[in-house]
Parts: sequence; C-alpha cells; structure tokens
Amino acid sequence: MDLLHNLGIGFGVAFTFQNLLYAFFGAMLGTLIGVLPGIGPVATIAMLLPSTYVLDATPALIMLAGIYYGAQYGGSTTAILINVPGESSLVGTAIDGYQMACQGRAGAALSVAALGSFFAGCVGTIIIAAFATPLTELAFKFGPAEYFSLMVLGLIGAAVLASGSLVKAIAMILLGLLLAQISTDVISSTARYSFDIPQLTDGIGFVVIAVGVFGFGEIISNLGQPAEHREVFTSKVKSLWPTMRDFHEAWPSVLRGTALGSILGVLPGGGALLASFASYTIEKKMTRNPRIPFGKGAIQGVAGPESANNAGAQTSFIPMLTLGIPPNAVMALMVGVMTIKGIQPGPRMMTSDPQLFWGLIASMWVGNAMLVILNLPLISMWIKLLTVPYRYLFPAITLFCCIGVYTLSNSTFDVYLTALFALIGYVFYKLGCEPAPLLLGFILEPMMEENLRRALLLSRGDWGTFVTRPLSAGLLAAAALLIVIVSLPAIDRKREVAFSED
Amino acid sequence: MRIKSERDFWSGLMFVVAGAVFAVGATNYSMGPACPPQDPCAAGLWARLSQLSAHPGAGYFPLGLAILLAVLGAIVLFKSLTIESEGGNKIGAFAWRPLVVIVVAIAVFGLMLESVGLALSVPVLIAISSLAGDEFRWKGVVANAVGLMAGSWFIFVWGLKLTIPVWPWFAR
Repeated sequence: MDLLHNLGIGFGVAFTFQNLLYAFFGAMLGTLIGVLPGIGPVATIAMLLPSTYVLDATPALIMLAGIYYGAQYGGSTTAILINVPGESSLVGTAIDGYQMACQGRAGAALSVAALGSFFAGCVGTIIIAAFATPLTELAFKFGPAEYFSLMVLGLIGAAVLASGSLVKAIAMILLGLLLAQISTDVISSTARYSFDIPQLTDGIGFVVIAVGVFGFGEIISNLGQPAEHREVFTSKVKSLWPTMRDFHEAWPSVLRGTALGSILGVLPGGGALLASFASYTIEKKMTRNPRIPFGKGAIQGVAGPESANNAGAQTSFIPMLTLGIPPNAVMALMVGVMTIKGIQPGPRMMTSDPQLFWGLIASMWVGNAMLVILNLPLISMWIKLLTVPYRYLFPAITLFCCIGVYTLSNSTFDVYLTALFALIGYVFYKLGCEPAPLLLGFILEPMMEENLRRALLLSRGDWGTFVTRPLSAGLLAAAALLIVIVSLPAIDRKREVAFSED
Repeated sequence: MRIKSERDFWSGLMFVVAGAVFAVGATNYSMGPACPPQDPCAAGLWARLSQLSAHPGAGYFPLGLAILLAVLGAIVLFKSLTIESEGGNKIGAFAWRPLVVIVVAIAVFGLMLESVGLALSVPVLIAISSLAGDEFRWKGVVANAVGLMAGSWFIFVWGLKLTIPVWPWFAR
C-alpha cells in the first residue's frame, strides 16, 4: 500500500501541467539531438544541460530524465535507419534493425523498438518504486567506511565494463579523481593546483569536462572520419504498424530483454550497455529456428536488446537515487545537476524531498509514454533531420555547447577550459582511453574523500578499518573479485571479442 | 626496444607524466600535522602514517592518488613494450584540421562574447567552425549563421532568460 501511496505522490507531481510540459520538452529535445548520427546519450545530455539551468530542481530533473529517454530513442532510430549506432549499447539494434530497414520493414523495426522500450520502461519504473524504500533503509546502516567501499566497488564496476584495457580504465578513474582535486581543500581551505588562477579555486565544473570531452570530443572524431555516404531510408518508412506475425515473434524477446535489463541495470557500472549485449546473445541462443536468421533482419534482434537497453537505463536510477552512487556516466551527470541545485543525492533524499523523489520516478513513466505517443507519428520528421548535411549541424552543436558552458557561471574562463578539454578528449579517443570512468571518478571524488576522511578519523588513521568491518570488507572483496574475474585470460579474450564487435 | 602497442605506450606515458606532475604539485601542500619530538608518532613509520591518515592535510590524498596513477601508467607502459598486440595497435592519423579548427573556434568565441555579444560572436563561431568540414559553401554558412543567431537569441535570451550579452559594447 505504501507503494501505491508513494506513486500517488509521484503522479500528483508528474501530472501537473508544468511538469508534463518539461517532460515533453525534454523528450523532444533529447530525440532531436539523439537522432543525430554519432552522438550518444551522454553527449546529448551534456549538450542540453544548459536548458535546465533556470529551472527548479524537480522540473530540471524531470526534463533531464526526458532528455535521457529521448536520446536513447533517437539513437535507436539512427541505428535502424542509417546503421550508425550512437553508442555501443545500440550495436545489436543496428545489426538487425538496419537489415530490416533494407528489406523495407523499417517501420516495423522502429515501432517494435518503441513499444518494447515502453513496456520495459513501465516495468523498470515499478521496480524502482518497489526497491527504493528497502534499499534506502539498507543505506542508512552504512557508515563512512561502508560508503567508501561501495564507491570503490561502483568505480571498479564501471571500469570493468569500459571497453578496452582494465588497467587503463582504472587509471582514467584516478585521473578523474585527481582532476577533482583541483579545488579548495574543505578542511584546511588550501587552494590545490590552482596556479593562482582564481577561477580554479572553485574547481572545474563537471559541465566543462562533460561538454569538452564528450560533446566536442565526439564532434571532432566524427569530423575526422572520412565522409561516407550512407543510404537513409526516408521513402521506405510507410507502414509503421508491425504485422501480427512480427508481434508474435517479438513479445517473448521483449519479456526476456526486460527481465535481463532490469537486473543488469542495477549493477555498478551496468545499465544499458551490458544489458543490450547480454540480451542480443541470449536472443541468438533462445530463438529456435528464427524465420529470418540473426544478422539478416530478425525482429527478435531488435526487440530483445531494445527492451533490455531501456529497462537497464531505467533501473540504473536505483543506485543513484537510493545510495547516491551513479552507476554510469549518464547518472553521474544527473548527480552533478542535483548538486548544482543543492540536493544531496542519497538515502536522505526520499524523506527530505519526497515530492522530487517520487515525482521523478513517476515522470519516468510519463516520459516513456510520451515517446511512444509523440514519436511514432513524428517519425517522418526525425527522418528528415537525418538528411540534413552534417556540415550545418556541427557548427550549431558547437554553438549551443559554447553558450551552455558560458551560462553555467557567466564566465568566459569556462569556455577556454572547455576548449582545452575538447583537445584532451580527442587525445583520449585516439589513445583508446574511454572517458566515462574519468567522469564518474570526477563526480564521486568529493563524496569519496569525505567518507574516506571520516572513516579514517573514526579508526584513528587505521586503514585496516575497511577490511575489518564485515560489510565494507564484503564490498571490497566483491570489487577485488571483479578485477580477478576480468583478468582471467579466458574471460579477458571473450571481453575483447564482445567489445570489438562495435 | 620496440613499441608493441602504440596506443598503450602513449597512454601509459600520459598517465605516468600526469601522476608525476600531480605528485610533485602535492608536495607543496601540507601532508598533515607536524610531529613534535617525544610524541609517539615519532616512534615509527606506521605510527606516523596513521597519525597523518587520521588528520590528512591538503596534500595527503592527491599524493596518494598521483602515485597510484603513475604506477598504473607504468604497468600500461610496460605491457605496451612487452606484449605483442594485433597490428601494433596504431594510433592512426590525427584529424588535425577539425581538431585545431574546433578548438580555435571555441576559444575565439570565448574571447569575443563579452565584448561584442552574441550578435557578432555567433557568426564568427559558425564561420570558423564550418572550416572543419569537408565542404565550405558561403551561402550555406551565412544562412546557418543568421538562423542560429536568431535561434540562440530566441532560445537562450528570450526563452530561457539567461544573461548573455547580445549586442557589441558600442551599441548597448
């Protein structure tokens, strides 16, 4: 009954005219940018952050959540129609969806993706609502040592799932933690690494890093690739509705994908990527005698990963909302926005800001519903957008990113800093260093340092406290186990194969 | 000695250098309270370490993180020189033109915005950044600049009510 009562509060907040409008704007903007080839959800959110500056916390987060779903939806449209997956979680969709589009069944692929995602989104929302309360209660049993160990586990989880070498991913986390050290030390109020530049004593804004590394880094690397003239299936999207046979074939995959995605999304470092990979593999194994083989346009290859992807995206809110620990880069950006709005994400949020907490959860469902209602009819508009030449799009994106960074604190210094991070982001891209772990480390640093400090103060400087407290020791053991498992030669090879598919 | 993985070699080097720079920087800050003579913390390294850990100074965490980063960088570096990788894991050509053009465009925009406002800095940003693409067509760029100027005023200044200088200093 508590669940219904809480969801009642949430829908009361989400169904106000103002919040519905922001959810709508968010979903529209997210789709608009997300549909652009080669731009994934993280870059989309980084670019659109400025649009939420002037809002209060609740509408801002509702709009951001809308942007996130919109970006994901837009990404699958691009993957299906022009075979350009904006991020690695869409690789499965791109393989079979594009083949379906080639056979003139783009409409069926798009609507199965949308309906599957909507179903997964609904289930995900219920799961969040059901698990939020018990997990929050668990979180209150955590002391500083446990929190620190949990964050270590979260960061290691993110590193394990980053593509490429594990050591490099962990090094990127450390680099993120160190970049966050450029600020004023809380205890001694010493300005660290500021080089006497006053703007640096407040630290680098996470928006600067996100826009520079993700937004501009992606633009530059897209421009660096030779222009390929891909066929866009504009004329061939006629019948949107899938046939009965499509439905019949797709629904078991949607169910499996949703279940898998909901579980994997909660894991640290999890979320959409792992879920859709696992779902594609499982669909390949579970579907006996598919009418159309996988890789050639099997509808199961679209339905499964798309549902898993969206369920994972949804349940990855759980660790962020209940523990305050973002499991992936998108959630890290959400945490950053909350901090700007003066909200400390974590277990206290549910009791201190029930309106925000449950409103956000209810608006997730609203956002998902809006995407289906709005975007299926609007599909021809998104397709037109795909035909706009990139040479007009990227200057526009550059401009919006620049204005967004400037308005963060009306400082041109931030704009220069963004230019620097654009350069750094491109170097990361060339060197095969994935930037997501860096952003996670950067955002978690203040919380991590504070909990580490407190834990060490309580233990009088004894680092052993992290392994003598059972809960903390368990979390650290789990982190160590993750590293060991991933380093096993057999797994390591498989992991490389899985990631090299993209 | 031959580099067996180009990407790992340079990223390892980057981590080692970054770690070293942060570590050297950290030595400028206090590690924690000083240890007076006859205090138990002078007794041994461990006692001193736990004293510092309980009351860390501004340089304590950065130093630890920086050393860890340098060590991991060294591992990456070592691997890149010993373990054979497919095709040498080459970095490939840098896309110098888009890189330089975009970075310069952002910096110039930052330089111009507060003095000449959106009205002039937007067209300059669009014109410069358009140079990064394969094709540059004057008509298209001008249309794009005008459209975006109006669009950004409409969205950011009129719609979102953000305080951004719109006109140049002489026309305000």
